[in-house]
Amino acid sequence: MDSNRRDFMKAAAFTAAGIGLLDALPAHAQGAPKRGGTLNFAISAETPHYDAHGSDTFATLHFGSPFHSTLLQFDLANYPKVKADLAVSWEVAGDLMTYTFKLAPNANFHDGSPVTSADVKATYDRMRNPPTGVVSTRKATFEDIDTIETPDPKTVVFKMKAPNPAMLEHFASPWNWIYKASILAGNPNAPRTAIMGSGPFRFGEHVKGSHVSGTRFDGYFKSGQPYLDGFRGVFMTQPAAMMNALQGGQVQAEFRGVSPAERDRIVQVMGNRIRAEESSWTLNLMIVFNTEKKPFDDVRVRRALHLAIDRRGGAVGLARTATLRDAGGLIRPGSPFAMKDEDLLKVPGFGRDMNAARAEARRLLREAGVPNLTFVLHNRNLAQPYTPAGIFVVDQWRQIGVNVEHRQSETSPYLAGMSSGNFDVAIDFSNLFMDEPSLALAKYLSFNRAPENRSRAIDAEMDRLYAAQARERDDKKRFELIRAFEKRALDQAYQVPLLWWHRIVLTHANVMGWQMSPSHNLGQDLSGVWLNA
Amino acid sequence: MLGYLVNRTLLMIPTLAGVAILIFFMLRVVPGDIVEVKMRGDGGNVTQETLDYERKRLGLDQPLHVQFGQWMVGVATLDLGNSMWTDRPVVEEIGIRMELTLQVAVMATIIAVLVAIPLGTISALFKDSWIDYLVRIVTIAGLAVPSFWLGMLIILALLYWFNWLPPITYTPIYVDPVANISQLIWPALAVGYRYSAVVARMVRSSIVEVMKEDYIRTARAKGVFEKMVVSRHAMRNAMLPAITVIGLEFAFLIGGLVVTEQVFNLNGIGRLFVQAVSRNDFTLIQSIVMLIAVVFILSNLVVDLLYAWLDPRIRFGGR
Repeated sequence: MDSNRRDFMKAAAFTAAGIGLLDALPAHAQGAPKRGGTLNFAISAETPHYDAHGSDTFATLHFGSPFHSTLLQFDLANYPKVKADLAVSWEVAGDLMTYTFKLAPNANFHDGSPVTSADVKATYDRMRNPPTGVVSTRKATFEDIDTIETPDPKTVVFKMKAPNPAMLEHFASPWNWIYKASILAGNPNAPRTAIMGSGPFRFGEHVKGSHVSGTRFDGYFKSGQPYLDGFRGVFMTQPAAMMNALQGGQVQAEFRGVSPAERDRIVQVMGNRIRAEESSWTLNLMIVFNTEKKPFDDVRVRRALHLAIDRRGGAVGLARTATLRDAGGLIRPGSPFAMKDEDLLKVPGFGRDMNAARAEARRLLREAGVPNLTFVLHNRNLAQPYTPAGIFVVDQWRQIGVNVEHRQSETSPYLAGMSSGNFDVAIDFSNLFMDEPSLALAKYLSFNRAPENRSRAIDAEMDRLYAAQARERDDKKRFELIRAFEKRALDQAYQVPLLWWHRIVLTHANVMGWQMSPSHNLGQDLSGVWLNA
Repeated sequence: MLGYLVNRTLLMIPTLAGVAILIFFMLRVVPGDIVEVKMRGDGGNVTQETLDYERKRLGLDQPLHVQFGQWMVGVATLDLGNSMWTDRPVVEEIGIRMELTLQVAVMATIIAVLVAIPLGTISALFKDSWIDYLVRIVTIAGLAVPSFWLGMLIILALLYWFNWLPPITYTPIYVDPVANISQLIWPALAVGYRYSAVVARMVRSSIVEVMKEDYIRTARAKGVFEKMVVSRHAMRNAMLPAITVIGLEFAFLIGGLVVTEQVFNLNGIGRLFVQAVSRNDFTLIQSIVMLIAVVFILSNLVVDLLYAWLDPRIRFGGR
């Protein structure tokens, strides 16, 4: 059953990846790797701390993945399959209740001490039961784990409370860096400010506000890797400065993603000296209504604002300038469990007849007693794609007589405002590292179960449907359960998808071995990257 | 002179104390919670227990007067504490950036002085000639063009004509002078152009005024060479307002180059200040404000000392 599911996901994922215009040869077809050189790349945000367990921002991963290892990794050439990282082999019990991992015998931390099962246990215990003062955003992910056993230093056994079909993929999550048990025992919060990993690169320096660097770890457990002598990630928060640096050769890559306009400018100037790779993206923007505030506790108001948005028209216009492209439901369009486009067209809010949709929206607002609604849209002050998305929805709502003040904040205050519920309506994002419905839909669970649900809504029916789809091992039945969940989510409109992102990554043509994927969180340990002189 | 220096130094204490009180209490009035922003600011789901723990760890659970007292004791003993955001010493956070910012400010000042004084003098001496008009066009353009925009033009020009850009990470001048200068000369030029325009216009108008004074006419009547009249008699007096402007502009450059730093991807005090404000990092904001206040006070002190050096009437206290 499980292998059927994987085959299904794999086939569909490649269909989705087909959207990508992979100008480049795949990593495996780029010739024999050459050793040496330093890769300079841009990171468009600086991590606030070093602890991936308590982070949800790519800035932490692009900063620190080269220093760390995880149990498993996604095999990006065969996405969404997983492959070995620290765990060289693994067994999954038929009932999905036991996972046994064998660790690489030669895996060492950068201080020379071996990576053991005790380190894996301490790491996962920290994520699922964070001590006081430790932030773990992975707690809910691993709540299905019952016990972690360490029969010998190189074997770790996870026993589950309940089967979770996506558990193996969760073990490949890029956030689950393995920390050293003895360090955690001394100070559970040490990883927030200090780096001790077993990844392909040793930590060099972090000059605040400037860059992070790493040098090759000669004791890395994967034979022959890494190929680079080192790397330097330069923090470049201004897109214009980043594009100039790419063009001028100060950096050779930026791995998160750029806008179509930026791609066009660089490709026009640099020609075949630059490589542009594209893919649909496991990221979407959402409109979220604070259901604890009036009038957004009224489903008619939420539905009206949802119906007024012309996603089809917006997708065409925004795709020219912003990193947004696809209108879609709760699951990434084109991915295995996504709603088919012909079905999506029939869903209110996703059709083409905007006159009818807006007439209905006006009617709902009148019925709710707020025909001249006014509110503040809480948004992030990032140029891509938050600003154009915000301007777009403000204009859409203006067309039904709603007056909106567009207020943009720095990332941290923006997220803090979202977490504390200090907003009326906001543009939120769903940042996934894989196309697993349980991951994608978790944000829509009731607020008391999923604090990342910024609408703060409680909906027992959605929780029930979520649990049913998460345990369902028959893909067809699961597909139907997901559709039911999606229908309920869009009917209630606590939070609704706006548009899905489109990823464009620019690398200099001599940067080899890096693999494009639908998530900017994956594949950033740089172990397989090399420079073609 | 020594007494004057001691007096001025002692006057710094109440000034800085006033700044400290203002910035400390104003920050506490402004909405925003560092702990919320820090712990939930990267999207994490954090329990109230963790928030309370962090608030206690940072000392934010203490009454305001206790927090203020602790901070003032720290300032008095030159212990500025740790950044509430990064947990690193504030001195370290500022020190990384201060070296770069100070160097850009010094280079821009040198450029401004080297360009502005000759231009302003020539413009004044050839008042209403084509030379004067040319200098005025150049200086008015300098005032009108924002430094960051000029910086963008410089970068695009370097890319277009030389397919080259300055280094994007800072190398101290004592480590690699070539890399250091090749990175910082461009922002210094972009900032120095506006700076020199301000100073040149001040020099011009001062010299034009001074050249009408009786003592200039007297010097000329005594047969002093024109060159000597300008350099010995006119320039010394005309420099007084120009020096004031130079001092103020220099102080402004510490912390006032936010956008220019973004354009050149410079890791300077301006960017740090903006980041600290957006994160409600109280200890860092307070320290940067105090730093800028100290720079303003010191630059004013230097300006006053230069006044005294240039003008004997000031030096001898009117005796």
